[in-house]
Amino acid sequence: MAQRQPEWANPATSKYLGKNIPRVDGPAKVSGAAKYTFDIVLPGMLYAKIVRSPIPSGTLKSIDFSEAKAMKGVRAIIEDLGRNARFAGQEIAAIAADTEEIARDAVHAVKMEWETSPHISSTQQGLTDPSRTRVGREVNRGEDPASFWNSAAAVIEGEYYVPVREHLCLESHGVVARWDNADNVTVWCSTQAVHDAAGEIAGNLGIPKSNVTLICEYMGGGFGSKFSAGIEGAVAARLAKMTGKPVKLMLERYEEQVASGNGPDAYMKCKAAIGSDGKLLAIDAQLAGTSGFGGGWGLPFPYIYSVPNVRVKSTSVSVNAGGARALRAPMHPQACFLMESVVDELAVKANLDPLEVRKANTDSDVRRRQFDLGAQMINWLKRSKGKGEGRYRRGIGCATGTWGGGGGRGSVCTVKIGKDGSVWVGIGTQDLGTGTRTYVAAIVAEELGIDIKKVKAEIGSSKLGLSGGSGGSTTAASVSPAVKMAAFQARTRLSELAANQMGITAAEAVFKDGFVSNADGTKKVTFERLCSALPAGGLEEVGTFNPDLQAGGAAGVQFVEVEVDTWTGLVKPIKVVAVQDCGYWLNKLATESQLIGGVIQGLSMALLEDRKIDERTGRQLNPNMETYKPIGSVEIPEIVPVLFATHDKVTGIGEPACIPTAAAVANAVFDATGVRIRRLPITPKRYFDAVEGRR
Amino acid sequence: MNNFGWYEPKTIEQASAAMKSDGALMAGGIDLLCMLKERLIEPKRVVNLKSVSGMRTIENGKTIRIGALVTPETIEGDANLRKRATVLAEAASVVASPQIRNVGTLGGNLCQRPRCWYFRDKDVFCLKKGGDRCYSVDGSNEYHAILGGGPCFIVHPSDLAPALISLDATVKTNTRTIKIDEFFVLPEKNVHAENVLEPGEIITEVELPAEWLDAKSSYVKVRERPSFDWALTSCAVAFKMNGSKVSAARIAFGGVAPIPWRSKEAEEELVGKEISESTARTAGRAAMADALPLADNPYKVELAVNTLVMAALQAVQ
Ligand SMILES: Cc1cc2nc3c(=O)[nH]c(=O)nc-3n(C[C@H](O)[C@H](O)[C@H](O)COP(=O)(O)OP(=O)(O)OC[C@H]3O[C@@H](n4cnc5c(N)ncnc54)[C@H](O)[C@@H]3O)c2cc1C
Repeated sequence: MAQRQPEWANPATSKYLGKNIPRVDGPAKVSGAAKYTFDIVLPGMLYAKIVRSPIPSGTLKSIDFSEAKAMKGVRAIIEDLGRNARFAGQEIAAIAADTEEIARDAVHAVKMEWETSPHISSTQQGLTDPSRTRVGREVNRGEDPASFWNSAAAVIEGEYYVPVREHLCLESHGVVARWDNADNVTVWCSTQAVHDAAGEIAGNLGIPKSNVTLICEYMGGGFGSKFSAGIEGAVAARLAKMTGKPVKLMLERYEEQVASGNGPDAYMKCKAAIGSDGKLLAIDAQLAGTSGFGGGWGLPFPYIYSVPNVRVKSTSVSVNAGGARALRAPMHPQACFLMESVVDELAVKANLDPLEVRKANTDSDVRRRQFDLGAQMINWLKRSKGKGEGRYRRGIGCATGTWGGGGGRGSVCTVKIGKDGSVWVGIGTQDLGTGTRTYVAAIVAEELGIDIKKVKAEIGSSKLGLSGGSGGSTTAASVSPAVKMAAFQARTRLSELAANQMGITAAEAVFKDGFVSNADGTKKVTFERLCSALPAGGLEEVGTFNPDLQAGGAAGVQFVEVEVDTWTGLVKPIKVVAVQDCGYWLNKLATESQLIGGVIQGLSMALLEDRKIDERTGRQLNPNMETYKPIGSVEIPEIVPVLFATHDKVTGIGEPACIPTAAAVANAVFDATGVRIRRLPITPKRYFDAVEGRR
Repeated sequence: MNNFGWYEPKTIEQASAAMKSDGALMAGGIDLLCMLKERLIEPKRVVNLKSVSGMRTIENGKTIRIGALVTPETIEGDANLRKRATVLAEAASVVASPQIRNVGTLGGNLCQRPRCWYFRDKDVFCLKKGGDRCYSVDGSNEYHAILGGGPCFIVHPSDLAPALISLDATVKTNTRTIKIDEFFVLPEKNVHAENVLEPGEIITEVELPAEWLDAKSSYVKVRERPSFDWALTSCAVAFKMNGSKVSAARIAFGGVAPIPWRSKEAEEELVGKEISESTARTAGRAAMADALPLADNPYKVELAVNTLVMAALQAVQ
């Protein structure tokens, strides 16, 4: 008989995989038993706060800590975090004190004198200042687009804008650092990259990574902003060293919003043409945006659709604002909004069906099938084509996105089975909120035919096997093969044991419902009974990446139906159909909730989110969740996640579902009202500005 | 926030005296705590009005008297108010979020400070805080005033205030009775305060006079985020009817001016007419005839007109 090959369980016969698996840590989370970094309180622990620049640009002339130092309970101060302000909120110093309140008061008592220099608050403002701009990505393909303006079936021209958005992690960035002895430090850190953050802390402190224990058992969201322990990590570890006490440093909401990352904006001036056959002909686009003060800016553009004749110029603008970080599908939602608005406008102007135009300009058969399925589910035929009447007008729009989602090497998973039948699986990955811990346990439970509750799954520590950061939707596709391999190998060894103990062949051993049996079930023992035959040390297997168990390529399309109240300009989403290429879904429930979550973030981008920096003061106007408005549960419509399997390998889907939503909403608003909104978010202001012809 | 003392007065007189020396009055604390946390105020003491008895009931008689400590949640759910002062119950139902409606109070809602993002930033020293310029007038002003602005362009944040104006309420304090029309002040009169209360003056109750009870009334509020947000624009209307025609009207807008904005122009337009989309729209246009939008908020003009239309139609529905 041929060697058994590792492959994913068929949901038709599986107990867990491919089905709805409630989160193994759900009860701990809702009961409060789950401890986040925010919850860590250690004996004798100090609290740290960061002194920040109030101004967007300038040099510190003097800083006076005397009042802060004199305060009772202030234990240590790092005086030299920074001397130049590049944005309002830049880290200048840090203070550790007995309580959070004292630390705050001490920060407030620090007196700073600044020599200010000119600042720039926005991409548009920076574009006029050559010292602030840098030439970015260019695309020159085919003929000069200008040669098509006269012959095309339709030409459109316009300016588009997607504002800077923020991550809004519910648990802010932060760490607790404790020196266990002179050489070893334990750090609790809200991070989406346990091993990388441990390495970073070690590097900052000049100690080996093995001397750092970094723990992140649970974390309250990262969305791309928590790959690093950051300044918070470095500061807390230093203050802990200085004081000989554990130090906790969690950012406040204001700090979280000004200084812990954001998703760049995207401005575009564009002219584009389409032929009467519905083929995109030419596009000439000037793009610009900012990643904050430093850092380059760029977009994948033209996005997805094939355009033969292209001129794209990009400008990266340096703005006095907090630096950008990856934000769920970095740059794709922006690129999608720009491209899908243009495609939609061209189709409408050429009197073509926007859906057919999309299908005619994509090379992907998967995407075409997704378009057909989504169109049927939303009932594309009932759209208003911009001719809605009356106060409330309904419309339908669509858009598509793309993402990688494949895995990579570097994950190391250990499975241990005890003589008592206990099963432990450990891997140094983290659960960004996507359900990692649950599938780690489920893969092992499935493989060994035991109840998921019997599997102890440990993640979230740098003392566990290596694994990468949770970015690019790579976690499931990187982690699950290593877990699978460790479990598979463990089962192979148990099969051999069963062959010895039960007089069956290893190849026929069946692991099911807590029993091990031969093929026809005539010889059967409990899993525990079989394990009791293990040597005293039990067994241990280490699994690593297996490329055959994962694949990339995550196309997705979305259709959105909206209702526009033309008296208020309010856009109410009615229904979203999100068709997403998913490969093999380990946990159907969690996969669907990733799609739903992506759509929700996309709706929030479409209708509400907009980081605003004041031109005169250079300070963020909305550094809180009162005026920076994420969507609320009441605004969320029916969302239909459609898992569209194109192969049977694991593919990451944490990011792609947030890509097409905003573009589809804007197109739906046009379909409902005939009003094209080229600037996000689509608020009553934007609606009336468009209707009344203001920019 | 700064370190402060905590004072529990037993009488209004004690509370008032404490405010005059060094105390900040707190009712539900929803706004006061915001102000403290942002260090916009740094009082020596916080004076807990809730330690004084009374001010917690709604008395329904010929008039309706609502204690200063009654919550928006209670106002929203009160059967007499729903029936006799619909506009107020409706306004209470769209204040903030359920949690805030449970904790905030009527007095605090009327006296809450503006939400202008320049005012709320402790590092921006604006006119209202004693500085020498209004940052909104040529800054980011999409949420600011289109009427009654200058030299400061806040909008008054209260939802209950326009409703009370439409009902011609009176505000009772520990020292006097003030007609609601005279309670709020424009920045051109006093840029540092939003109402006429003197130091140490405490609202004890608000009375709804018999004359406007049982009028046809309604409140409509437009929010960027419908589940939980301040008004972009709102409108409170009350109509006394003679058959199908309006015999008297009171109309006030929220979200458009530094005070809840009563529009006599709109009221006059509607008297003697039936309420229809077109008469209401004409009234809305009359109300907004003098609007002077800033760079980012011309959208509010049409929105305010439509808000009046919605409120008027809802009132007579
Ligand atoms: C996020 C958020 C959203 C909100 N949204 C809305 C909204 O949509 N609509 C709306 O109307 N409001 C809204 N509010 C405001 C909220 O309704 C008010 O802050 C609340 O009603 C104030 O009541 P309070 O009792 O908590 O006042 P406090 O915070 O205790 O006091 C507020 C101010 O009033 C003074 N004060 C209180 N009581 C009296 C009195 N009896 N006499 C004299 N002065 C007094 C205090 O000294 C203080 O200056 C919101 C608030 C927040 C924080």
